[in-house]
Amino acid sequence: MLIDWFTVGAQVLNFLILVWLMRRFLYQPILNAIDAREKLIATKLASAAAKETDAQKEHDEFQHKNAEFDQQRAALLRNATDAAQAERQRLLDEAGKAAAALRAKWQKALRNEADALHHAISRRTQQEVFAIARKALSDLAGASLEERMVEVFTRRLHALNSSAKAGLGEALTTTADPVLVRSTFDLPAEPRAAIQQALNATFSADIPVRFETAPDLISGIELTTNGQKVAWNIAEYLDSLEKGVDEFLKTQGKPEAKAARKPEEAMIK
Amino acid sequence: MHLSPDQIIFWQYGFFKLNATIVFTWGLMFVLAVGAKLITRTLSTELQRTRWQNLLEIVVTGIVQQIEEVGLRQPRKYLDFLGTLFLFIAAASLCTIMPGYEPPTGSLSTTTALALCVFVAVPFFGIAEEGVGEYLKSYLKPTLIMLPFNIISEISRTLALAIRLFGNMMSGAMIIAILLTITPLVFPIIMTVLGLLTGMVQAYIFSILAAVYIAAATQVRPPKTELDGQP
Repeated sequence: MLIDWFTVGAQVLNFLILVWLMRRFLYQPILNAIDAREKLIATKLASAAAKETDAQKEHDEFQHKNAEFDQQRAALLRNATDAAQAERQRLLDEAGKAAAALRAKWQKALRNEADALHHAISRRTQQEVFAIARKALSDLAGASLEERMVEVFTRRLHALNSSAKAGLGEALTTTADPVLVRSTFDLPAEPRAAIQQALNATFSADIPVRFETAPDLISGIELTTNGQKVAWNIAEYLDSLEKGVDEFLKTQGKPEAKAARKPEEAMIK
Repeated sequence: MHLSPDQIIFWQYGFFKLNATIVFTWGLMFVLAVGAKLITRTLSTELQRTRWQNLLEIVVTGIVQQIEEVGLRQPRKYLDFLGTLFLFIAAASLCTIMPGYEPPTGSLSTTTALALCVFVAVPFFGIAEEGVGEYLKSYLKPTLIMLPFNIISEISRTLALAIRLFGNMMSGAMIIAILLTITPLVFPIIMTVLGLLTGMVQAYIFSILAAVYIAAATQVRPPKTELDGQP
């Protein structure tokens, strides 16, 4: 008999025990571990999907913000460019105005300076000419300048034309004030008498005369009464000298003035 | 020469006896239980795990997939019984490479015991799934005339399970023993390798057949959802 029923029963029992042992030590732990791992993977996948969604969202948001930022930057840059352009124009205008004002001021100062210089040169020239004339007259003719002036003055009184003489005579009659004779130097008694005599002779009357010393006349004698005037002074000669010098300066100064203006214009640009 | 390890008796007291079948079965039970305990003692639920854990996971998930492919909707419910059947028979066959070892499945008592377990398990799972009435009605289908044939079928397939496994295992051991006496050099090794293959195939056949029987018993009535899905 190949079947031993005790062994059959024992093997059934052994198999049932083995089923329990395998369930206890193999299937349950392994299946639990697999389930736990699957759950972990599912959790991680869900977390990764959520993170991906968040990342996509943040990416979109970032791109949106980036585009906005670019637009804002472009607008700001445009505004700044416009503002800078306007400010540049304003500064250029201001600089132009300031330069023009400065140029005007400078030109005025230059003109004033030229006038002052001209005046000083005239004065000095008059003094020098007067001194030269005095010296030359003294050296050549042995006469003083003042004497010769009085002589010339009296001769001029005598040589007055009729209309001038009539105008002066009418002025002498209409005023009660004495005739004013001004000179750059103090007239001695002799020249005074000569002038008085010449006046009396010219107008055939006793003319009251008052003598004054006026240094600004620049070496000359002047007779004034009621708006009429007879005079001689060295300034007449000096005027013609001044005209000659001015013309000479004008002809010489033009090229230099042109050359000097160019750098100035370049600086203003 | 003996046909069955039942004939190797170490100790006997009246009806009770301790033969090689029982001893080697205990040995297999010890190896399987202790091995499983040692490996599952430090199981990892993380993505990194040991090779032994990987091996056991492959075996267990493979068995679960096979049960599912047979048609059982809840494979984990039947894993304990069917998985242990496969592992026990496979381990009994694999150990034949050890000299002096007699496979317990080479004993008709053991295969009968396993077949009886299947014989009991089929109605057990069928009743648990369908209820007593529905299960018993399955014997009357398609007609009442089929009742005796169904009962004969139940018994004969149980007998076939036991005899098939016993015959294959016993014949393998017998052929190796005979060849050892005739050509003790190369042929026994070849036959041992062949026996390993035969043993694995028999383990697969036994457990798959048991799964098919259980599936047949638990799926007397096809699920309504599947019927509704048919065109």
